[in-house]
Amino acid sequence: MVTKEEKRFAKNFNINNLPDVPNGLPPHLQQTRVVSNSNPLTANASYVPCMGDSVKLGNFYENFKVDVISLTERDMEFDMIGIDAAFANAFRRILIAELPTMAIEKVLIANNTSVIIDEVLAHRMGLIPIAADPRLFEYLSVNDEPNEKNTIVFKLHVKCPKNKPREKVLTSDLKWLPHGSELLRESGGSTSKPKTYTSFSCSQDSLPEFANNPITPSDLDILIAKLAPGQEIELEAHAVKGIGKTHAKWSPVATAWYRMHPKVCLLGEVEDELAERLVKICPNVFDIEDMGKGKKRAIVAQPRKCTMGKGFIRDDDLIELVDLGSVENHFIFNIESTGSLPPDVLFTEAVKILEAKCETVLKEL
Amino acid sequence: MEHGSFKDNSHATFTLGEEDHTLANAVRFVLNQDPRVTVGAYTIPHPSLESVNIRVQTTGDPAKEVFKDACQELMQMNRHVRSVFDKAVTEYKAEQERKEKKAAEELQRQRELFGSMDIESN
Repeated sequence: MVTKEEKRFAKNFNINNLPDVPNGLPPHLQQTRVVSNSNPLTANASYVPCMGDSVKLGNFYENFKVDVISLTERDMEFDMIGIDAAFANAFRRILIAELPTMAIEKVLIANNTSVIIDEVLAHRMGLIPIAADPRLFEYLSVNDEPNEKNTIVFKLHVKCPKNKPREKVLTSDLKWLPHGSELLRESGGSTSKPKTYTSFSCSQDSLPEFANNPITPSDLDILIAKLAPGQEIELEAHAVKGIGKTHAKWSPVATAWYRMHPKVCLLGEVEDELAERLVKICPNVFDIEDMGKGKKRAIVAQPRKCTMGKGFIRDDDLIELVDLGSVENHFIFNIESTGSLPPDVLFTEAVKILEAKCETVLKEL
Repeated sequence: MEHGSFKDNSHATFTLGEEDHTLANAVRFVLNQDPRVTVGAYTIPHPSLESVNIRVQTTGDPAKEVFKDACQELMQMNRHVRSVFDKAVTEYKAEQERKEKKAAEELQRQRELFGSMDIESN
């Protein structure tokens, strides 16, 4: 039988009140605790603070800003300010996995006497980026016939002549066949017109987009194989439309990534010798400012260049003077295209795809 | 697919097939911005199956309407992102063209200057 006394004792018992139970961290560990607002030990460029009301919808339409830092045919760096991590991540995921591209899928090998075996060669051909706008093509499903609207046909025929040194097979050797496949399928009667592996009803170079610019791989100096004297490769490659989710060869970006804009604050005056030490550890971010009379001070010159290396943590004095974190809702986006579309078009298409997903959901409801 | 109850239509779970974090996290964010929503969350029951469950609980309004509003709002936000981005890119390209033209004019002017200097020395 449990008495009332014992019940009350059990309810009020707290193990931490016992005299020999330690309270908090032992002294030697307490000194290594970092005292700062956002813990720089765990701060990294993708850290996002707890949700809360970081981006209110009402403010979104007024506060959202985009700053393009650099834009070339293949690379783009731009800032998105005032958007939430959920969106930034959604765009990144769509750029990598759900934007369609053209890539070689079927490889019909007529002759391959090189040291690269058939399947490895076919795999390599699939990874070659093709500079064709995927919006001009349709998907090829299992029941469809390959025709000029959904297939691009390339031919590769290279032979290394005897008595010559080793030859390299580059992507510049891939020839576009605008009239479709040239390999003949075996057919029963010899009277009917010979069938090939594709049924092009009209030539692709009659289309206005391809009239004067032939379809080529994005880079003409990619090495496909090497041939020794006497070896030969003769094959036909059919490229179709697909998305990165199915196979990474259909991903239109070399990569797309974002980081948060770093927030570097000096919690106190960093002078003279400490300033020198700080600038030595992170010369990209900090700078020395001369205050006259021989005194020097460290200032945060370019927080954008901070790589979150946290080298200052190893220095006992600097660890208490520097605070490292990320600016909320400020994303630095980088998109590297493989050549099918320029990066700004890629991003616009990615946003369109997210809209299309919402529409699909709305239709089902 | 909506899993709810016939009596109380302010609580429901929506199952979306062939979706993953890409759409679900964005919808969840927009949902939580709506003051009518008490619970807005999503889970992925198993990573091998492409399916997402979005839970919506509201303060009285039918969950389906609130979810539809969230999707509409998401589409609006996307359109806004696209327009702001396109404007920023056009501005940047115009700025680059201006800089190139200025640099080309400067180069041309310098060439003419050096050209005239040669004639003088001769």
